[in-house]
Amino acid sequence: MKSASAAPSWPRQIYDTFKAFDIRQVPYVPDGGHAELIRYIHADPEIRAVTLTTEEEGVALAAGAWLGGQRAALLMQSSGVGNCLNMLSLIKTCRFPFLTLVTMRGEWGEFNPWQVPMGSVTQRTFEMMDIQVLRASHPEEVQDTVAYAAQMAFQGGTPMAVLLSQRLVGAKVFAK
Amino acid sequence: MSATKKLDRRAVAARLVRDRGQMIVVSSLGAPTYDLAAAGDHERNFYLWGGMGGACDVGLGLALAQPDLPILVLSGDGEVLMGMGAFATIALQKPRNLSIVILDNQLYGETGAQLSHTASVADLARIAQGCGIAETSVATTEADIDLLAARVNRIGDGPMVAVVKIDGAEQPRHLPSRDGAWLKARLRGALGLESM
Repeated sequence: MKSASAAPSWPRQIYDTFKAFDIRQVPYVPDGGHAELIRYIHADPEIRAVTLTTEEEGVALAAGAWLGGQRAALLMQSSGVGNCLNMLSLIKTCRFPFLTLVTMRGEWGEFNPWQVPMGSVTQRTFEMMDIQVLRASHPEEVQDTVAYAAQMAFQGGTPMAVLLSQRLVGAKVFAK
Repeated sequence: MSATKKLDRRAVAARLVRDRGQMIVVSSLGAPTYDLAAAGDHERNFYLWGGMGGACDVGLGLALAQPDLPILVLSGDGEVLMGMGAFATIALQKPRNLSIVILDNQLYGETGAQLSHTASVADLARIAQGCGIAETSVATTEADIDLLAARVNRIGDGPMVAVVKIDGAEQPRHLPSRDGAWLKARLRGALGLESM
């Protein structure tokens, strides 16, 4: 009998989905919730991992990648979404396909109240710039959610954000 | 011409693209976009009209996707000051086909000629160096621009940043298309990619 742990982890399933959609540039500002996925990206010579200094760089980079014929997916934490706001005008005005995966803070057992203001408006922030938002809160829904978002982004040209709930990622434990 | 006379931005832009072959040029919003358009429209020009601070990163994404084509980002001091972290990001990726030319008039010409940080304290070539970009230069003469034009049109040993000290005089606006979706489709078409 196969144990449940034999199934690939949800970060591994995201990586497999990136491969299936031929995503070739993965810009990111690191987050603990993306750490496993980031390791897979760095280990793959066919995908360029691009470490950013701020999240808005990744929006511009993804636009450039598409101009040159490559697909990108931007990884960030919810606190970085506000940093992207004006740069998202590039996505909207030029109608660039866009895919970002956002690990959520400030919504599920969050110890740090400074994470709550941005975490609580992450979805609205994207929607202000006409980015469509999907959310995954349980491991078994991650792969489908990312795959359907990628399909809408790269086959339909719709800018997409997938929020990976803090319930899924796990709250950092600082104190009891 | 006196030795202290600064370079004319339109002449610099025109010289950089005069002998272009396969090169793609991304220009940052405001004057660099007007300068590039004034040098003659081209299907491999991508004019930015917004996204201030992102021009170098657009160039990086393009450079990584098209490693055999020279990519030039024609930018200004204000634009680069807003996105200086891009120097570190680019240095880490080491694209051999990415050149960044900063037309440095030391002011925000589009908004009333307020002085920028480069007028007194900030040295963008040294900042690029400090971020890990090995090949940097400051151009002040027409001979420098001739060398720079040859450099931006070829693949180098790594990314290159050049600061060009230009005259602060305002030039007549030369407005290319503001239709971003069309500009995107045009460039992709020139590269043999589908339009969307």
